[in-house]
Amino acid sequence: MNSIISIAHLNKRYASGLEALRDVSLEIERGEIFALLGPNGAGKTTLISIVCGIVRLSSGNISVDGHDIAREYRAARSKIGLVPQELHTDMFETVWDTVKFSRGLFGHRPDAAHLEKVLRDLSLWTKRHDRIMNLSGGMKRRVLIAKALAHEPQVLFLDEPTAGVDVELRRDMWALVRQLRDSGVTIILTTHYIAEAEEMADRIGVINKGELILVDDKASLMKKLGKKQLLVQLQEPMLAIPDGLNDWQLVLNDGGNELECTFDTGEEQRAVPTLLRRLGELGVEFRDLKTRQSSLEEIFVNLVRQSR
Amino acid sequence: MNRQRLFNLYGVLAIYRFEMARFRRTLWQSLATPVITTSLYFVVFGSAIGARMGDVDGISYGAFIVPGLLMLSVFTESLNNASIGIYLPKFTGTIYEVLSAPVSAFEIVLAYVGAAATKSILLGLVILGTASLFVPIHIQHPLWMAAFLLLVALSFSLAGFIAGVWSQGFEQLQFIPMLIITPMTFLGGAFYSIDMLPPVWRTVSLFNPVVYVISGFRWSFYGTADVGVGISLMAMMLFLLLCLTLVWLIFRTGYRLKS
Repeated sequence: MNSIISIAHLNKRYASGLEALRDVSLEIERGEIFALLGPNGAGKTTLISIVCGIVRLSSGNISVDGHDIAREYRAARSKIGLVPQELHTDMFETVWDTVKFSRGLFGHRPDAAHLEKVLRDLSLWTKRHDRIMNLSGGMKRRVLIAKALAHEPQVLFLDEPTAGVDVELRRDMWALVRQLRDSGVTIILTTHYIAEAEEMADRIGVINKGELILVDDKASLMKKLGKKQLLVQLQEPMLAIPDGLNDWQLVLNDGGNELECTFDTGEEQRAVPTLLRRLGELGVEFRDLKTRQSSLEEIFVNLVRQSR
Repeated sequence: MNRQRLFNLYGVLAIYRFEMARFRRTLWQSLATPVITTSLYFVVFGSAIGARMGDVDGISYGAFIVPGLLMLSVFTESLNNASIGIYLPKFTGTIYEVLSAPVSAFEIVLAYVGAAATKSILLGLVILGTASLFVPIHIQHPLWMAAFLLLVALSFSLAGFIAGVWSQGFEQLQFIPMLIITPMTFLGGAFYSIDMLPPVWRTVSLFNPVVYVISGFRWSFYGTADVGVGISLMAMMLFLLLCLTLVWLIFRTGYRLKS
């Protein structure tokens, strides 16, 4: 595996006694989009903050592109860009000054051409002389992204990047994230919007109560843990499920007017025709058929519920 | 990044310039307030009351109070500038960027404290210029005066940095300058020689570290001092060392910066 971030046996206990992270081990592959999902207080932001150097770890090891975050913090941090969840900006600064500040802070010589490209990509170029306090919430979030990209990082952490932004901006940000990934930047995002992870992530990690309970490819996760349902709208209501259908997981809905069959994703090719044939043999007539697949959100909710 | 493996020059310059830009944005407030306050001191103590007072150690009263007044401003401004410099990012949350950047603790302190000290030295020079409009000033040891000014600006800016990290609200931010430094300065010989005090109070005054700072600084102007210059210098160096130790402890433990 070509990891750019390697986390081994990470533990974090705050002074208050709160155990925020428990024995977390994780490899982030170079060039991927990794979504970290978890309910509030699961430890997502703590994990990001430790990798970025904002919060101290209690035990464990983390390296970024082979550089230990404690011993070689300069090399490690220079490769990371962070977009925080909250809109932390210097309100009296102009857009241009603040991105220039960020580039310098990360040890890079001034490069007006690069900053111009970043601002243009984020539709901020025309706002470069505006004070941040005069920008809208969505624009401020773009400024935070521009600041994180000012020093050309190899890894970009996006902590709830689309929280509180409108649909159009969310779509713009998704496009930007894909564009960054295509340019070789590794993206790690936390999000409450499961649809965001479903839309963008290559791999998904689920964290709950400080423990990483699952890491998998999105497609494989959907395949392994996803369920498919076949909904059969019956011509005549059924009082009880006939004995001849005991081989399937069936439930009667809508006063016996609908038969619901649940099966694992991937089994539909075998299960659906067999069930329909069996219904025909038993003389059960139907007027409509619908299928639905469980979303990542349902998978996530089930995983979190099981880990409680 | 090769050159920055040892020292992040661009990082230090970025913080330093950011802080100086904040100073420029509030230039009138930063300069006019202390200049007007100092001018009022000269009008009241130098002209109105001072004209009725005799010389102190052979120096006219108006001229005698110049080093003390200048120090009062430098103490206060160094503390305020450095404490606000580090407190504001903590308050607004923008500290995340500094903490996640490849800058060392030394570089962070150098930038914030360097900017705060620069501002208070500039202010000190402006006040010196203002004072010269009211009283004739002759500096006997200009190099020592510059050295004392630099030492005081640096050490009090370090103290301000510590206060800014320690503060958890604007009220606490004002606590040290208003309730500790200003009274110590007024009782530290800014407006009188401690030789003018009764023996008991003179002894008590010797426990006030500000006495040594003002005395040493006054010596650089007029060649007279309440305590020996060597002792003043040693007291200032000790204070600087204490501040450096506290700053080192802050970064070692992450006190109120990193959880």
